[in-house]
Amino acid sequence: MQVASTAPPDPPLGAPLEGRAALRWVGRLARALAAPALIVVLWQLAVSAGYLPPRLMPSPAKVAATAYDFILGNPNSPAAYAFSGSFFKHAWASLVRVLTGFLIAVGAGVPLGLAFGVSRTLERFVDPVLQVVRPIPITAWLPLSIMWFGLGQRATVFMIFLGAFFPILINTTVGVKVVDRRLIEAAQMLGTRPRQLFYRVLLPASLPSILAGLRIGLGFAWVCLVVGEMTGVGTGLGSAIADARELFRVDLIMVGMLLIGLIGYLSDRVVVHAFRRTVRWSPNLFR
Amino acid sequence: MATLKVEVRNLSKVFLEPVSGTRTEALRGVSLTLGANEIVCLLGPSGCGKSTVLRVVAGFEGPTAGTVLVDGRPVTGPGPDRGVVFQEQALFPWLSIYQNIVYGPKIRGVQREEYDRLARQYIEIVGLRGFESHYPHELSGGMKQRVAIARVLINSPAVLLMDEPFGSLDAQTRTAMQEWLLDLCQASPWTILFITHDVDEAIFLADRLYVMTARPGRIKMERVIRLPRPRPLDVLTTPEFMELKREVLESIRSEAPALAAPATVEPGAR
Repeated sequence: MQVASTAPPDPPLGAPLEGRAALRWVGRLARALAAPALIVVLWQLAVSAGYLPPRLMPSPAKVAATAYDFILGNPNSPAAYAFSGSFFKHAWASLVRVLTGFLIAVGAGVPLGLAFGVSRTLERFVDPVLQVVRPIPITAWLPLSIMWFGLGQRATVFMIFLGAFFPILINTTVGVKVVDRRLIEAAQMLGTRPRQLFYRVLLPASLPSILAGLRIGLGFAWVCLVVGEMTGVGTGLGSAIADARELFRVDLIMVGMLLIGLIGYLSDRVVVHAFRRTVRWSPNLFR
Repeated sequence: MATLKVEVRNLSKVFLEPVSGTRTEALRGVSLTLGANEIVCLLGPSGCGKSTVLRVVAGFEGPTAGTVLVDGRPVTGPGPDRGVVFQEQALFPWLSIYQNIVYGPKIRGVQREEYDRLARQYIEIVGLRGFESHYPHELSGGMKQRVAIARVLINSPAVLLMDEPFGSLDAQTRTAMQEWLLDLCQASPWTILFITHDVDEAIFLADRLYVMTARPGRIKMERVIRLPRPRPLDVLTTPEFMELKREVLESIRSEAPALAAPATVEPGAR
């Protein structure tokens, strides 16, 4: 929802509506890019003036060149090496792992959360175990998951699942529990039978909270991906970062980090967009 | 009053706090009746249990003692024959206005053409044509309450249970809604149990009113309101209205706990 006070002044009367919308969009983009642009300029100035050691802090121009080479490849590059043009291979491997772990977490977390929200008995039996398991840091799971699943793909997916599972479970449980009792009573007095109540009221009412859980879970999925991939898988953005460190390529480390951030952001937008129509009624929906 | 739509006999209600074990006696021996097409207001100081009476009739709470009959049958739980209009808005926020209104017939398996016809009719009656595809959060308070009324009327309930339905509206909207409700009942009569703490509202709307005591709630007074119908708003300034209001106010005031008079602060004492 557009906040009126931050909207730019209207263009002259008579401007076509699409024109106005486009202008507003350009304005928003400009404001979003202002701070990063300033940082890049200061960074470049600091490197050029010799305040920062280029080996630890390469210039933005160097990072940009590396990004171009990493993504698109450059056969004429004198430093043609294993990373040139390998972005899509790594990104695809990472994306598949994140999606696999995340979807398993959704498949387990949402139904279990809904069941917890409805049945206190079930929650009392299972929840204590989960609450003790939940605070164990993801890095502490690393040795065990390597023992169980071996080094690589499956251990990484397992850790992504763990990281995404708990936020999804907890937000879904809370979402069902805090459904306004008046909505349930309203449904009852309108003729809703007990077994219709779940699909008619509890599920739709808890959708905004479930969406919040999915977004937090997806964020954790990317964290766990990098932790898993840095332990020695051949492909993936996390492994590219780890390899770049071995080669002392700070520029490539930065490119890898920025690209993970960018893909993480885009994946969040996809989730939000997929839910936008179903939860647009919710006043506290963060977009 | 040919037939009794609702009969509450000797209703008592005690709430037990499960953790602390505290007993709260909310109602003691409440008896009241609603005749067909009658508007009955239940008036009382806050916390007197008037909403509890409505919640027992609605079937949200069971009685501790006593019986509640609707159309001669005992109440066993909530159902579409008793439409409830809550004070706070309780529309389904994820459904459009149209979907909110057709919710009842739809869930009971009424055919699409039939509930669509009913929906058009009730959207017209509550004056919300053009807002069918809006969502509740896009509507004003008064409009939301008209949707809340339409979604229960479409179920053709035996009785409408209204729990301070205009209590959270601003004064102008509240008066407009009261007049609108009377017009609605003038056009096609409904049996209404109306809970309020507003004396003007109760006398203006009611065919008959009950005043309750402070907790534990009992019926203290019953009055038939013989003001003519249709009842224009200026009935509020007639001597008959004033006389009724004085009588009811006195009855209620004797129930409200007296507040201590504010202490005088010496100038400069702060």
